[in-house]
Amino acid sequence: MNVVKTKYKRRSFLKASTLAGGGIVLGFNWLQGCKAPVDDTWNPVSKIMPDTWYDINSFLKIGENGMVTILSPNPEIGQNVKTSMPMIVAEELDCDWDHVVVEQAPLSSSFERQVAGGSGSIRSAFDTLRTAGATARQMLLNAAAKKWEVDVASLSTSKGIITNDKGENLSYGELASEASVLEIPEEVTLKEIKDFSIIGTDRRNVDLEGILTGKPLFGLDTRKEGMVHAVMLRPPAFGMKLKNFDAAAASKVDGVYEIVEVEGAIAITAKNTWAALKAQKLVNANWEVDGSLENTQQHDETLLSLLDKRNDKLKRDDGSVTQAYSEADEIFEKTYEAPFLPHNCMEPMNFFADVSGGKMYVEGPIQTPSWTQSNLAEAFKIDKENIEVMMTRMGGGFGRRLYGNFVIEAAKISEKVGKPVQLTYSREDDMTLGIYRPASKYKFKAAIKDGAMTAYEYVGSGVNSARGVTRENWFPAGCLDNYRVDSHNLESNITTGAWRAPVTNFLACAEQSFVDELAHKLQIDPVKFRIDLLDRAIENPVGEIDYEPKKLKGVIELVAEKSGWGNNADGVHQGLSAYFSHNTYVAEVADIVMEDGNPVIKKVTCAVDCGIVINPIAAKNQIEGGIVDGIGHAMYADFSFEDGKPSSSNFNTYRMIRMVEAPEEIDIHFVETENHPTGLGEPSLPPVGGAIANAIAKATGKRLYKQPFINSEILG
Amino acid sequence: MENYNVNINGKSHTVSADPDTPILWVLRDELNLVGTKYGCGIAQCGACTIHVDGKAVRSCSMPISSIGEKEVITIEGLSENATHPLQNAWREHDVPQCGYCQAGQIMSAAALLKENKSPTDGDIDAAMHGNLCRCGTYLRIKAAIKTAAKNS
Repeated sequence: MNVVKTKYKRRSFLKASTLAGGGIVLGFNWLQGCKAPVDDTWNPVSKIMPDTWYDINSFLKIGENGMVTILSPNPEIGQNVKTSMPMIVAEELDCDWDHVVVEQAPLSSSFERQVAGGSGSIRSAFDTLRTAGATARQMLLNAAAKKWEVDVASLSTSKGIITNDKGENLSYGELASEASVLEIPEEVTLKEIKDFSIIGTDRRNVDLEGILTGKPLFGLDTRKEGMVHAVMLRPPAFGMKLKNFDAAAASKVDGVYEIVEVEGAIAITAKNTWAALKAQKLVNANWEVDGSLENTQQHDETLLSLLDKRNDKLKRDDGSVTQAYSEADEIFEKTYEAPFLPHNCMEPMNFFADVSGGKMYVEGPIQTPSWTQSNLAEAFKIDKENIEVMMTRMGGGFGRRLYGNFVIEAAKISEKVGKPVQLTYSREDDMTLGIYRPASKYKFKAAIKDGAMTAYEYVGSGVNSARGVTRENWFPAGCLDNYRVDSHNLESNITTGAWRAPVTNFLACAEQSFVDELAHKLQIDPVKFRIDLLDRAIENPVGEIDYEPKKLKGVIELVAEKSGWGNNADGVHQGLSAYFSHNTYVAEVADIVMEDGNPVIKKVTCAVDCGIVINPIAAKNQIEGGIVDGIGHAMYADFSFEDGKPSSSNFNTYRMIRMVEAPEEIDIHFVETENHPTGLGEPSLPPVGGAIANAIAKATGKRLYKQPFINSEILG
Repeated sequence: MENYNVNINGKSHTVSADPDTPILWVLRDELNLVGTKYGCGIAQCGACTIHVDGKAVRSCSMPISSIGEKEVITIEGLSENATHPLQNAWREHDVPQCGYCQAGQIMSAAALLKENKSPTDGDIDAAMHGNLCRCGTYLRIKAAIKTAAKNS
């Protein structure tokens, strides 16, 4: 029996304490005043909505006709949590998924960790979501027991129906009113994992119908009464600031309302987006130097020179690498480099803000609504209670929407012009005012004696990477006696931040390329080389490690089996890469063939250990996407700065992967397990750069050390 | 500003706009047809793809003044009751992740299938080359186009 304490206080259930009079839902009424003047009747389930919703707890309400509304607490950026999180609630509620309507929850103290980041939504919320569903189920059971005057233990549930031992039925809808006013049970029983009937089955994206028919779902689709459109003109380079501007010509554009200075930039409000965009080009602004105007060439030189320095305090220092070097036959050394990257969410940054009378309502695509609320409170010197935050579906996040600078901008403009505002970044604004993946470099070294590795070391350097660009307690930590890791930082005024799988999005490629090259140098099969190392960490690990070597070995063995490693067809060249990140273990084998002298990625086989898989069809989508995204950025993405100015501002000069460049096939295999689920938004991306680099090396005999690979002579 | 009579999804609309206004912004800001997405503004990403007289065009780069009598179809008007074979195939394959580019992908694919009932992989790659998807759903998009071709 899997009995859990509910841990709920009354107040943690939205409006629960005010329901004494019959339990009609009042929650979220404050949103209705802000309802968009758009058609929302498209939702196919809206036609069978009940007359009354009964609030069972903060996650769900049940209608008298048995319909269930489940609130999805976390922001949806394409990682599918708006479907998978409610699936977990529905599983324990034991209702029919076809009777579920999902609503995006606003930011609310009723929920924990309303964040889209770190591949953490499912991992963090799994138990909470299960408990919420199980608590509601228990309350419905208690209501049925009361009605029938029987022992609750004699009742069972299935698909929203409660049955007693005489075979009589009551639906959740019939019991919702009574259940909503019952005491919340102190403990509830969760299902056995083997009894799951929703979790582990393919469920379509709950917003699919809206996406397929063009309904308003995204931030840029927000339309509110009295709203004006806004665009900003900001400094053209990092290290510059606004001196003054002349808006005479821009003001003449039909539809332009106001042109004002906001947050060190110029905001244009207008009747429509196009007028604002046109005026943006006509503002005559003068900028002045306000800091260093940095160049990528300087960054590269400094980052490389840092790789030869050693900090007094190392990230990790097992055994004596220095002694191993002195006794070695050879020290094998390679350097790997990667550029800055913009996020390029397909939906450019934008937000709606309505600031008036010391209160504000903001709505739009944001991965961190809670943090953003705090930042708004700080920026406007008002209490958080006066700031309402609503999340829309996001046209991608990838880390960019962790940083709500555009929300502050939208709110400042709204305050200044005294109107509700939708701020839109043009693609050029989005790409040139980024919070970029910091450029980074790594030097890997291994001591070789008598044909064996006796020490392993890596040093990293990154822009604005004071917290380090290493994962010193991950593989191969624990696998060998002499192991050393060091990290260096280069401060820059170019804004940087998290980008899908921060640090590891390139560290994994560098590490797995080096490990592969080392295996070939030692004439050991790359699968065997890794497994031999991991066996040491499984049996008798050296020092502390923050990963489970057994699970990493598990996915390597699974991918080797499924990819036909060692038995590949003539002309197919395979490269292996395996990486642990965000608590998930992923191993990938890329199959490459040479066509007209060029390597072509045909297939990627992937083995994943992410614990219980909530929604397989969507889980596979995440993994496929991470692989395609990872290949695209490793192969093509190039971004640099000259005198503080970004090298690209749109997709005509910034290359993103397109359909023809994606592999023909991605073959995904999950490790079958009943372990707690982990995340999938990021973990398939880090290893893939190494997998393709290693396959290309097999095909061409040449190694790739610098991203984007397309710039190398091998591929150029 | 000038007045334009435009035929969108089979309905006639009169809109007041500057002649250089891309049809994208007329759809989104004047007619509240927000299914057509802004992605790049320079016809490089395909998020804004619509049909003009049956051909896929990038609405971000087509001014309202050039539309004239031409018939414009957007994602909202692609089919009655969302039953176009591509919409059905998109359901079958559960294609979208974030979903933002998908209207443009579907409109490009619909123009392809209108011209070419059984496209090869190469035909699909060529027709879809102008549509970016940062989430990386290309394999599902391609599979869904093949499914739709088979079922239409």
